[in-house]
Amino acid sequence: MKHYEVEILDAKTKDKLCFLDKVEPNATIGEIKSMFTKSHPQFYPTRQSIRLDPKGKSLKDEDILQHLPVGTTATFYFRDLGAQISWVTVFLTEYAGPLIIYLLFYFRVPFIYAPKYDFTTSKHWVVHLACMCHSFHYVKRLLETLFVHRFSHGTMPLRNIFKNCTYYWGFAAWMAYYINHPLYTPPIYGEQQVKLALIMFLFCQIGNFSIHIALRNLRPPGSKTRKIPYPTKNPFTWIFLLVSCPNYTYELGSWLGFTLMTQCLPVAFFFIVGFIQMTVWAKGKHRSYQKEFPHYPTLRSPILPFVL
Amino acid sequence: MASGEEESSVEEKENNNKRRTKSAIATAWLTFYNIAMTAGWLVLAVAMARFYLQRGTHKGLYKSISRTLKFFQTFALLEVGHCAIGMIRTSVIVTGVQVCSRIFMVWFVTSSIKQVQNEESVVLFLGAWTLTEIFRYSYYTFNLLHHLPYFIKWARYNLFIVLYPLGVIGELMTIYAALPYVRKSAMFSMRLPNKYNVSFDYYIFLILVMLSYIPLFPQLFLHMLRQRRRVLHGEVIVEKDD
Repeated sequence: MKHYEVEILDAKTKDKLCFLDKVEPNATIGEIKSMFTKSHPQFYPTRQSIRLDPKGKSLKDEDILQHLPVGTTATFYFRDLGAQISWVTVFLTEYAGPLIIYLLFYFRVPFIYAPKYDFTTSKHWVVHLACMCHSFHYVKRLLETLFVHRFSHGTMPLRNIFKNCTYYWGFAAWMAYYINHPLYTPPIYGEQQVKLALIMFLFCQIGNFSIHIALRNLRPPGSKTRKIPYPTKNPFTWIFLLVSCPNYTYELGSWLGFTLMTQCLPVAFFFIVGFIQMTVWAKGKHRSYQKEFPHYPTLRSPILPFVL
Repeated sequence: MASGEEESSVEEKENNNKRRTKSAIATAWLTFYNIAMTAGWLVLAVAMARFYLQRGTHKGLYKSISRTLKFFQTFALLEVGHCAIGMIRTSVIVTGVQVCSRIFMVWFVTSSIKQVQNEESVVLFLGAWTLTEIFRYSYYTFNLLHHLPYFIKWARYNLFIVLYPLGVIGELMTIYAALPYVRKSAMFSMRLPNKYNVSFDYYIFLILVMLSYIPLFPQLFLHMLRQRRRVLHGEVIVEKDD
């Protein structure tokens, strides 16, 4: 068996960082990354981007050395992706925040509102309902992170956790402040409006969960395979006929429902910003489905049926 | 096979022609835009100088030029569009922040809060803006016409070192002067209870705007310094990867 020699150069400075001899031809990039970590312990594998070309795309951990377009002395380029943090950690932190923060406002913890309101509860039943819905939503997200989602990437750059938490925690505080305020004004159309909004919210929560389960079942445990999602026996998944990312569609519906339920402008802003971000993500996902699967269903739109 | 090759090269030629036409239109539009803006800010500069020479005071100066200022400063919003569609290769965010801060100053501070219009700080930032913009837009114009006098290049990339901080000082002093009037009148503000379940305190908002200069100004200033090194001394600056 012919062994390979592998040299790893810095993508920017082209310095020789590492030389590995006697590498097995069937070694994976993941294994090579582990070997690189031995000589450079500060660059743990998830922080390494190894490519064939200094400006090219990163190679995948599963790629096998002998199947790559390299000679028996392979040259790879290394780029530091910066400190990494696991997706699970980020999700748990960014979701636990809103859950706790909203409750602090709901229970009117001191120093938020005027002292005479400390630890009082709102007299409007819609405020109690909103707290239940908001809390349910984030508990659902936490549980899905722990038990449902199967992540393609293990990690993301560390600075994302600050950006993401600022967004989620900040908006949660802004919304919760007004909904739980002693001077809160309930929705104009009263019980009718709240009931309709609640139905929309619950429908979309179940829908969103159904999609997450369907996506999980596409992918066997521990694998990173990608397949086209299709409708299953669950009616909530039939929306796959019209939309590539129905999880985002249902998420929009949930927050639209919450906006109507609370009639609170900050919630509307949160909905709009989320709409913009999820549309960007959905369009990207839709495009990569189309690129990867040549016979991808043409009836589907990225996020809103026929529209967007 | 041969006909296939012919077809693709006809397509290529069509695409090249489309690109060349688009680029010619873009150049023509940008030239017009930059000439118009240079002219606009020159008019403002002359109007301000004439006012001061004729009246001997800066009181009433802002009111006399405010319509022209509003027109040309608001027109600058187009520059954000230029970056967004790729006609100009600058960051949309940097341009956006700069134009928005100008528009905010003009429409939401000086024009809305009449009591600060006669402050000296207004003349300070107007002077800084006017000089900067005249050199900036004439720089772009000459560049597009491929006849850039070194003096314009020198001025554009050196005067900002003095004018940018002076402008910022003028802006901050003006906002600070406006605070008591905003507080008393509660302008642009909304209190609870209301059917949108939101509140907004313009006084606090202005304080936050002033504080935002602390992180933003150094970044924008350093950006200009980097541009200066690149343009005047041909240094290749490696920008931090996002």
